[in-house]
Amino acid sequence: MNFAFSDEQEQLRDAVRKFLEAKSPSAEVRRLMETTEGYDEAVWKQMAQELGLQSLHLPEAHGGQGFTFVELGIVLEEMGRVLLCAPYFSTVALAANAIMNAGSDEQQGAFLPGIAAGETIAALAFTEPNGKWDASGITMEAQGNGDSYTLDGTKMFVIDGHVANQIVVVARLSGTNGEDGISFFSVDGDASGLTRTPLATMDQTRKQARLDLSGVAATPLGDPGSGWAALSKTLDQAAVCLSNEMVGGAQKVLEMSVDYAKVRVQFGRPIGSFQAIKHKCADMLLEVESAKSAAYYASWAAAEDNEELPVVASLAKAYCSDAYFHAAAENIQIHGGIGFTWEHDAHLYFKRAKSSEILLGDATYHRELLAQRIGI
Amino acid sequence: MDFTDTPEEAAFRDEVRTWLGEHLVGEFAEIGGRGGPADETSWDARVEWERILGRDRWVGLSWPEEYGGRAANFAEQVIFNEEYAKANAPARVSFFGEQLFAPTLIAYGTEEQKRRFLPKIQSIEEFWCQGYSEPNAGSDLSNIQTRAVLDGDEWVINGQKVWTTLAHRAQWCFVITRTDPDAPAHKGISYMLVPMDQPGVTVRPLRQMTGTAEFNEVFFDDASTAKDMVLGEVNDGWKVAMATLGFERGTAFLSQQLAFQGELAELIEVAHKNSATDEATIRQRLAQAYIGVQIMKYNGMRMLTSLKKGALGPEASIGKLYWSTWHRDLGELAMDVLGPESQIVVGEPGDDYALNELQRTFMFSRSETIYAGASEIQRNIIGERVLGLPREPKIESAPKEKT
Ligand SMILES: Cc1cc2nc3c(=O)[nH]c(=O)nc-3n(C[C@H](O)[C@H](O)[C@H](O)COP(=O)(O)OP(=O)(O)OC[C@H]3O[C@@H](n4cnc5c(N)ncnc54)[C@H](O)[C@@H]3O)c2cc1C
Repeated sequence: MNFAFSDEQEQLRDAVRKFLEAKSPSAEVRRLMETTEGYDEAVWKQMAQELGLQSLHLPEAHGGQGFTFVELGIVLEEMGRVLLCAPYFSTVALAANAIMNAGSDEQQGAFLPGIAAGETIAALAFTEPNGKWDASGITMEAQGNGDSYTLDGTKMFVIDGHVANQIVVVARLSGTNGEDGISFFSVDGDASGLTRTPLATMDQTRKQARLDLSGVAATPLGDPGSGWAALSKTLDQAAVCLSNEMVGGAQKVLEMSVDYAKVRVQFGRPIGSFQAIKHKCADMLLEVESAKSAAYYASWAAAEDNEELPVVASLAKAYCSDAYFHAAAENIQIHGGIGFTWEHDAHLYFKRAKSSEILLGDATYHRELLAQRIGI
Repeated sequence: MDFTDTPEEAAFRDEVRTWLGEHLVGEFAEIGGRGGPADETSWDARVEWERILGRDRWVGLSWPEEYGGRAANFAEQVIFNEEYAKANAPARVSFFGEQLFAPTLIAYGTEEQKRRFLPKIQSIEEFWCQGYSEPNAGSDLSNIQTRAVLDGDEWVINGQKVWTTLAHRAQWCFVITRTDPDAPAHKGISYMLVPMDQPGVTVRPLRQMTGTAEFNEVFFDDASTAKDMVLGEVNDGWKVAMATLGFERGTAFLSQQLAFQGELAELIEVAHKNSATDEATIRQRLAQAYIGVQIMKYNGMRMLTSLKKGALGPEASIGKLYWSTWHRDLGELAMDVLGPESQIVVGEPGDDYALNELQRTFMFSRSETIYAGASEIQRNIIGERVLGLPREPKIESAPKEKT
């Protein structure tokens, strides 16, 4: 038994941290979050070309490096730590996984190399205005047969949907419901009949879009109608990825709190010497460490692709969501008035914590899913 | 990351499993794994069982071989405890001797002291109790007032201890006493080994909220122990006492996660039977409890991995705070799952107050956030020694009364 990262994995973390500290300081996050696109094209290219981040866990046969979810988790944790503004989660953690789970080897060969090279920005469009994260939320119907389908309807809350050149759309065959009939399609970002509207997001560091599709031509990924297993797995993997990303942010706000508590003096002593503050920090540490244990273990289960994955994915998503939000909220409280200002970064983490908690289903949703998955 | 056993670990696991399969039969198999270190249910049978464990050197597993142990490393200890819990083997009776005192003795004792005490701990012939807390020294342990004065070849001890678990079962007590009243609080303390069976020692049971009386008051009135019954140096006992506390907070509990997992599984079964699982909030809480106990396992594995590289530091406090809080929540959840039935105890009106297992969890778990360092103290330790936050300013204490 060994529950630690290897030396190589720690080196990867160091390299990514150095890169992100240089490319994504707070000032840069603030600049990008005010833009509509929400990312820096040059940094996106460097991520692919200098560090190979987009290709990390993609198969070697399709331009990837063949690493696992453990390495991907490390990268996401570091990105979460600095609130990197880039379409990485959408492209790699959502769309690429969807393509790998749903697409044939040939289709993977068609799409993954572009992602690996940093040329393709991809998005996974599965949620709709109903805001549901399960199969029942997918109501968009696909018409057609063979290789030629058309899609009509609206996809909502699509992460980076406004900048993606390739969109993986989840729809259902007409006349089906529930987990039956779920299908994956590939749609070009500039397809005719597709209208993409950026949404004004509460968390400005992660962009979302509304996609209106009207007779849009779509190519099936895998066999239309039998996509539920692939979607469910994609969502579990994404939950694991997001848990790791949240851990990075949670650790960062803990550090901000502790650092501030050591230097801010009131009543003639550092506020960190007051138990009310000290005990908050202690609880945050306990939760952040526990969130790490859950997220790292979940990464391992995803890497092994073992039967534990669905349970630990929901476990990690539920726990990390609560832990991050709690830590981000306490961080504001510990900072007092300054923590409530636009100028201080506390609100950026607070908003990211909330958007991450909601994304892919909140803690309550995942606890119920977990209950079902362990037979309660 | 690798969550499988190494070949050596697998072989060890096999040995444990085989042994338990052969020995955990009949009456012993029926006792079940319930009951914590301070629970006297099925005491006599548990003692008999543990003597068999001790005979085959499963008590004192981690001790060096020269003292009858197996020199088991942390991974092996955890494996033993895992298999022990999986087999639903009886709760251990020698907690204070084996888990707290023995590791301290091995670290600080003289050769003679080790030879004198370890064999009898292993054979379950001598039980130990922990004489730390006093009426005015709980969390603030260094405030102890019990005095020991050297008189020729003997220490003469006067004072009172309280909350002394299983003192009524123990032949020996490791007692912290004040041997230099003029030294600063932490400096004049000695760690003494005191025989319980003597006229100067009086044990009075204290009834707990559970209705049972596992802990006691212990009075020392000119009690005595031999001059060489001090562990470590005279006046340097604080360090030794803290080492024991380190074992108590850390490794002693490293592996109870599986027992907790078992308790939760039973509770889920109960909830299925009485349809509590139909309720959304109960489902949420059961799922949360499951998440909690799994993370306890993952935390434990991370801790164990870092233990392989070095020693367990104040991080042990995170574990203590975590498990005690989780278990307390489980106890509360258990009552809510049972509903009105939770309010009916065992027996008839007028019988001794007696609790069923879930009720015992509900009650006993209230003590777990108090003993071995209350949760508030753990948070202080985490804040100050893990996160490096400033200590609270000391309040100038009134000059000590000379007694
Ligand atoms: C079931 C059980 C078994 C026990 N067995 C033994 C035993 O075998 N041997 C033994 O020696 N002792 C034993 N104890 C005693 C135990 O170690 C003490 O109860 C514990 O150290 C707390 O001390 P206290 O009870 O005096 O509470 P106090 O120290 O008076 O604490 C009361 C409250 O004040 C809080 N508090 C105290 N100091 C601080 C602070 N600095 N900051 C914030 N909050 C603070 C505490 O957290 C607690 O909530 C046992 C206790 C129990 C419940």
